[in-house]
Amino acid sequence: MARKEYAFYPGCSSQKGASASNYLTSVESMCKTLDIKITEIPDWNCCGASISYAEAGELPRHVMNARNFALAEQHLPGQDIVATCAACWLGARESKERLEHNSVLMADTQEALKEAGLQIKAIPEIKHMVEVLIEDLGYDELKKPVKKPLEGMKFAGYVGCQTNRPFGIHGESFENPVYLDKLIETVGGEAVPYDQKVTCCGGALAFSEPDKAQAQIKDIIESAYDNGAEMLVTPCPLCQANTEIYQSQINKKYGTKFNMPVLYYSQLMVLAYGGTAKEAGLDGNVIRARKLEEFAAK
Amino acid sequence: MSEKKHAAYICSGCGLGERLDIAALEAVAKKEGKMQVVRTHPFLCSEEGVAMIRADIEGEGVTHAAICACSRRAKTEAFNFPTTAISRGNLREGVIWVRPDTEEARETTQEMAEDYVRMACAEVKAMTQPAGNPNTGTNKTLMVVGGGISGMTAALEASRAGYKVVLVEKTGSLGGWAAKLHRRVPTREPFKSPEDTGVADMVAQIEADPNIKVYLNATIAKTAGAPGRFKVDIAVESGPTVTEDIGAIVQATGFSLYDANKLPHLGYGKSPHVVDQSGLEALARAANGGVIKRADGKEVKSVVFVQCAGQRDASGEHLPYCSGYCCNTSIKQAIYFKDANPDVDTVVLFTDLRTPGNGEDFYRSAQNRGVIFSKGVVSEVVPSGDGLTVKFHDLILDDKNAQIEADLVVLATGVVPNSGVNIDALSAPQVEGQEAAGSEGTETGGEVKPVSILNLTYRQGPDIPQFKWGFTDSHFICFPYETRRTAIYAAGPVRRPMDIAQAIEDATGAAMKAIQAMENAGLGRAAHPRSGDLSFPTARLEGCTQCKRCTVECPFGAIDEDEKRFPLFNESRCRRCGTCMGACPVRVISFENYSVNTVGAQIKAVNIPDEFENKPRILILACENDAYPALDMAALNRNCYSAFVRAIPVRCLGSVNTIWITDALNSGYDGVMLMGCKHGEDYQCHFVKGSELGRYRMSKVYDTLKGMNLEPERVLDLEVAITDLHTLPKKIDEYTAKIQEIGLSPFKGF
Amino acid sequence: MSNANQAMAARYKNNFLKEIEEQAEMGEWVKMCMQCGVCSGSCPTNFHSGWEHPPQEIFMMIRAGKREEVLTSPSMWMCTSCYNCYVRCPRKLPITHIMHGIAEYAYRLGLAPKMQPTLHLSQTFWRNCTKTGRVNEVKLTQALYFKDGFMAGIKKGLEMKDVALGLIKAKRLNILEALGFGHKCKDQQGIQKMLAKARELEAKRKNRQVTA
Repeated sequence: MARKEYAFYPGCSSQKGASASNYLTSVESMCKTLDIKITEIPDWNCCGASISYAEAGELPRHVMNARNFALAEQHLPGQDIVATCAACWLGARESKERLEHNSVLMADTQEALKEAGLQIKAIPEIKHMVEVLIEDLGYDELKKPVKKPLEGMKFAGYVGCQTNRPFGIHGESFENPVYLDKLIETVGGEAVPYDQKVTCCGGALAFSEPDKAQAQIKDIIESAYDNGAEMLVTPCPLCQANTEIYQSQINKKYGTKFNMPVLYYSQLMVLAYGGTAKEAGLDGNVIRARKLEEFAAK
Repeated sequence: MSEKKHAAYICSGCGLGERLDIAALEAVAKKEGKMQVVRTHPFLCSEEGVAMIRADIEGEGVTHAAICACSRRAKTEAFNFPTTAISRGNLREGVIWVRPDTEEARETTQEMAEDYVRMACAEVKAMTQPAGNPNTGTNKTLMVVGGGISGMTAALEASRAGYKVVLVEKTGSLGGWAAKLHRRVPTREPFKSPEDTGVADMVAQIEADPNIKVYLNATIAKTAGAPGRFKVDIAVESGPTVTEDIGAIVQATGFSLYDANKLPHLGYGKSPHVVDQSGLEALARAANGGVIKRADGKEVKSVVFVQCAGQRDASGEHLPYCSGYCCNTSIKQAIYFKDANPDVDTVVLFTDLRTPGNGEDFYRSAQNRGVIFSKGVVSEVVPSGDGLTVKFHDLILDDKNAQIEADLVVLATGVVPNSGVNIDALSAPQVEGQEAAGSEGTETGGEVKPVSILNLTYRQGPDIPQFKWGFTDSHFICFPYETRRTAIYAAGPVRRPMDIAQAIEDATGAAMKAIQAMENAGLGRAAHPRSGDLSFPTARLEGCTQCKRCTVECPFGAIDEDEKRFPLFNESRCRRCGTCMGACPVRVISFENYSVNTVGAQIKAVNIPDEFENKPRILILACENDAYPALDMAALNRNCYSAFVRAIPVRCLGSVNTIWITDALNSGYDGVMLMGCKHGEDYQCHFVKGSELGRYRMSKVYDTLKGMNLEPERVLDLEVAITDLHTLPKKIDEYTAKIQEIGLSPFKGF
Repeated sequence: MSNANQAMAARYKNNFLKEIEEQAEMGEWVKMCMQCGVCSGSCPTNFHSGWEHPPQEIFMMIRAGKREEVLTSPSMWMCTSCYNCYVRCPRKLPITHIMHGIAEYAYRLGLAPKMQPTLHLSQTFWRNCTKTGRVNEVKLTQALYFKDGFMAGIKKGLEMKDVALGLIKAKRLNILEALGFGHKCKDQQGIQKMLAKARELEAKRKNRQVTA
């Protein structure tokens, strides 16, 4: 038996062929090394993300999350839910909080769930993968399997918004959370200080208001460069996508020469644990992390 | 008096023995200091060391002791010999802790130490141990002036502590403003709803208290005497004047509302439906929890509260200050409406909502009830139809033409202190007949003419001095309750704007200080900051020229004039600052343990090297309240400074007599540094006016310097706060360098 | 004025604050704002001339009864859901959710700005993800690009060609999803029934008509 077991909520972007499929690859590999068993919640559905607020309204949004709670409870009793996506985690936690504090909302939710033949008894704890790593395992445990420390590599830990606000990681400040820096250091890398650690990448507005979002993304990448970072590291699929895939457009618009790889923390961990480039999902990076690919090959 | 016997005690502990040539110090004390007994001890403040001194006092008849060890501010309990005159040579904080422990510094450090031994010996020889003030008053009855919340609190607190109280109230009933309130701002968790004022309960307690004697419809016709022996004439309406013997006084005369008639642009006087906060309290009392109705009987459906009406006014036309409580009061009054009928539209127009204490919770509770708070400046309130239109500049939406209709408008007008006559503005002593005006015209609403409250017979005027905007003067940082009249304490809103909760705390503190003052007066002791000091000023009247500088300048009004126009000292009013001593041009005023002589002797005792040695000597006269402690703390932090300075603590810059400076310069000192507290609007001087007066006098020194053909840089006036421990040594070194740059004094060797 | 809008305006007469309190998600918090402006200074889009009215102003306008101005404002639609205002508000107002709530309400009343791109994104996203239970990223992208018509979509698609190619190369964009392949939930029927019920209950609770 694995030392920890969780009901896994990968979310839409972390599926095979989806925009964060390499996140999934690296997380699976990382969990294997750390002896964490993650079992996908059967037939889980989309959390609705923040952006659905206008079309969805209040109750339908919570009901979507509640369906996942009910499924987890039914099929994976006693297990905490773990999400890898910041938006999934936030959406689920928000629904849990509202439902638990509002009996009217809970009653309505139960009534709607009944239509799908489901019900909630007690909503499981909802954790982000980072919480599992830091709180359930701890930095010392994460350090133990390190075989190849990422020595001499400089990373800008980009925490962004939704793993940081409004819930955040326990004990961290909203203005300067340090867990990501600590994770980088745990695997032997250097975390450079820079001032855009918790700046918003524009989120979903990267689609609807690309000019505004790209201006924000530019500030983030620029600050990372200015402070000597070679790569960006993030815990959020949307942060990853926004800061990575728009660099070429920003270069066109602003005449910059950005070419900074953006990694997930889990990719760094897999590499430090001695995993291959494939296991770390390095082939999923649009801006290839050549330095890490060479490192993995060594 | 029995024969004098002088002794010097030198400590070699705390590293003094390692850093200094103790034998040489002993020799200095013996030969130059002319001490009959000289002893060294390796740990002078130890039980054994102290026993050694005590044995000399008891066995050898030592009457004067120069203790050459640490700063006079250290080990005060160990070196406490009540019958013996004590001086302290500061070898530790004054010498070894501010000097580097290097071979090259050794010589100058030793010279410094030897000078401090010379100075301690010289000082103690010029001193007499004070015997105490024989002219004490032992009355322990507290008089409280004003029967509002502050006054009632002071009376009850003093009574509970076992003191008799005389409570004088101008009106026919106790309770003051609070008695006119419907409810008060909450004082308890969860700070959500207005509370009972508690006035009725306090009045009942006072009426049932045998320690408290209440005079209603009464004013103070005359206050004569001094702490512990005041004689107060109380004029009671339709009755004979009564005289009471009083030990100390708490003045809790409160405030009047700023006159809303001065605000016609806000509709006051133009419409009966514009009221001030007291007007609204009256309507709320009439409603007694039901729906609130206007003067015309119409139920109020919409009300607007205008904050800062005639307050925080930059134009100079109205009150410049914030009255502190009005925001919470408007919140409370808005809640009156909401609790009676949640559908009443209540809008509070504010620029900055200031809700001290737990007011923030109260503010939230009003928001929760649906009171609307809008940030805006009201320009005009005009009658329109049956109601009013409030025109304002919405500061959030930057809408200059915003307006709201309302049935009723409430103006938060703020407070004017009832502090009596501004004695600084009096060009002449109070005129007869002004007293008569005292019995009328102080009602609220009308123009308040300043009439005397205490009618003190003090030479400096009939009331306690004021500070800003008519509030009574008090040492804001260190002694907030103190006025500049010993044993007279101001409490409540007469001192600064405050709410009920603050006034209760304030009055409790004032009562405690007043009790302390009565007890001190009975023992002939000074009040703070020289608490416990038994010395008091005396004057050789045969030398007095009746110039009146002492009687005019005393910050505490302690000195009257006798029938022959000589100064008449009231020892128990005196704080022992020595401002009179510094002021006296003929130097006839002195204390037994602090005089022109005790300091002058120290200045003269310093060994002045001749000009060829190139060792300047700089005299530091440092205020004992801030500057001298700052020097000690610099030492504690081992912040070094020049070995060329010699520091003498003074009670206050105000006590510095210019003769010390001219004497020093005449005898070959190269420079003088005066270190005193900040003066002016935000003064820090512990004697309030002392440093200001001292500095004024020092400004004349520069004429003297010119007369002596000396550079003006030879006297430096420095403002020093207790927190300057890190910058002060640097300033000393800079000044030393400056003096060396100017060159040594031409007066050496004369 | 739409029917829904007329009905609500009539129901709440001049009390817009009450209307927001009852109709908009988290609207009951609006009255607790103390006008400090920390939210305005914390908004990332504020620096890019995004907000016409920052949250502080929106709240004040609600209290001042500026119904039309608030509900037709593009301001709320600028929210990136970064939650910076939310965590910094000294009064602990859930500002992000209030903004979403007001925006949603404006949309329900038909007052939201026409062709508002973020509103369009919200509509498209929710419809996309609730159709099968999971997001179809290719169809989502297509729908977004082609919102302004076919030619505009092609142009936009060409502009974004490099981005898309990069993702395809990195196996992070599955073109087959466009043909209906890709991830979906098994119990799609249950999801549809559940959501229909939720919409019905929400409309009942807020005392308004069911909208699609």
